[in-house]
Amino acid sequence: MDSAFVISQSDKRPIYLQIMEQIKRRIAVGDWPEGHALPSIRQLAVDLQISVITVKRAYLELEREGVIVTQQGRGSRVAPDPDLGLRIHEEELQRHLEHAARLSALLGLKPRELASRLREVRDTIAEKEKS
Amino acid sequence: MTDLAIKLEGVTKRYRYFTLDNIDLEVPAGEIMGLIGPNGAGKSTTIRILLGLVHQDSGNVRVLGHRMPAEQVQAKWNIGFASEDMRLYDAMTLGWHMNFIRSLYPKWDEKYAQLLLKRFGLNAEQKIKGLSHGQRVKAMLLLVLARCPRLLVLDEPTTGLDPVARHEILRELTAVMQDEGRSILFSSHNTQDVEQISDRITFIDRGRIIDSMDKETYLDRWRRLRLEVPAGIELHALPGIIDIRQNGRLAVVTSNDFVPDLASAYENSGARVQSIENMTLEEIFVANVERSREEVEA
Repeated sequence: MDSAFVISQSDKRPIYLQIMEQIKRRIAVGDWPEGHALPSIRQLAVDLQISVITVKRAYLELEREGVIVTQQGRGSRVAPDPDLGLRIHEEELQRHLEHAARLSALLGLKPRELASRLREVRDTIAEKEKS
Repeated sequence: MTDLAIKLEGVTKRYRYFTLDNIDLEVPAGEIMGLIGPNGAGKSTTIRILLGLVHQDSGNVRVLGHRMPAEQVQAKWNIGFASEDMRLYDAMTLGWHMNFIRSLYPKWDEKYAQLLLKRFGLNAEQKIKGLSHGQRVKAMLLLVLARCPRLLVLDEPTTGLDPVARHEILRELTAVMQDEGRSILFSSHNTQDVEQISDRITFIDRGRIIDSMDKETYLDRWRRLRLEVPAGIELHALPGIIDIRQNGRLAVVTSNDFVPDLASAYENSGARVQSIENMTLEEIFVANVERSREEVEA
């Protein structure tokens, strides 16, 4: 079974969000391609030792976001969308950018300063990866 | 929601110093219900009534379709009950108890019993008097689980257990739910256990039900907002806010009926929302009990 899902108790976010994120991550890295069958709600609940309703909620929200499709009686699959992995990374980037924008406003940084800081960080990471 | 494992309607029981007051409770088949409340809230009384061990003064109780207490004999074939104050025979071995229960219940699953013995790290040859508290609790649960009852009723199943034993028990309880027809009602002080495995939560305090609903909806309604309040701006209690604590420019506001509009309303009044946090069941538990007591005193 897919026992590599790990629910963290020190993670402040609700469990359903943690499940959503871990499923999205699997899709984003390519482990779960389009059409891949997800474990049934009850099975995942038993595997993770959490309530059925929590897994149900995670699947429902993923369906709403267009990440998975659920057919009555036939379970859930990864949505047939070749750009899904990209989209998930895109959304994550957007979230981090918004967070950075908010913090930079608090610090009173000008947009140009924020942009150059971002460039610096990128260059530092590129340096590290080269060595 | 068609099939109800448990249905209590207007159940009242009066004691000299305690009244269980007009309890309505529904547990759909296939779900785990967590019963929480402070000591003396009425959890055990509720459990005893739905098992027919205590008879209500008024109100209707149906368990697995049987009227209680009138049809308790039929109902009990399919109910497994374990509580802290139940006793096994000290001088007998666990194996003796297993044989005894097996001789009474035709649905006893010996293979599953042997599996549980292994998973719980128990020895059937051992006499009950030599078992630790944790081992006794696990032995009791083994005897109940191996009967494969359609309804499990557990009064404080994880109290006083070490983290490993707790984990083992929670694993077996969630495994039961693989079968959609089975249901569990359990009471606990351990809000973390309830938060983890229950589909529904019922809060009892002072003999009354404060809340009873599905866990996701319930957790979702409670939020803590951290606000920065500029000098000269006053925070108003908005609908859905049950607590405001302010110290200098920082305020913490608790909502039990959160909607995003609430945050915008505070922004519009001049405050700045620093964060909107989810709350754990434990935090909700304490806030809820405090609030209901304030209401009673007011």
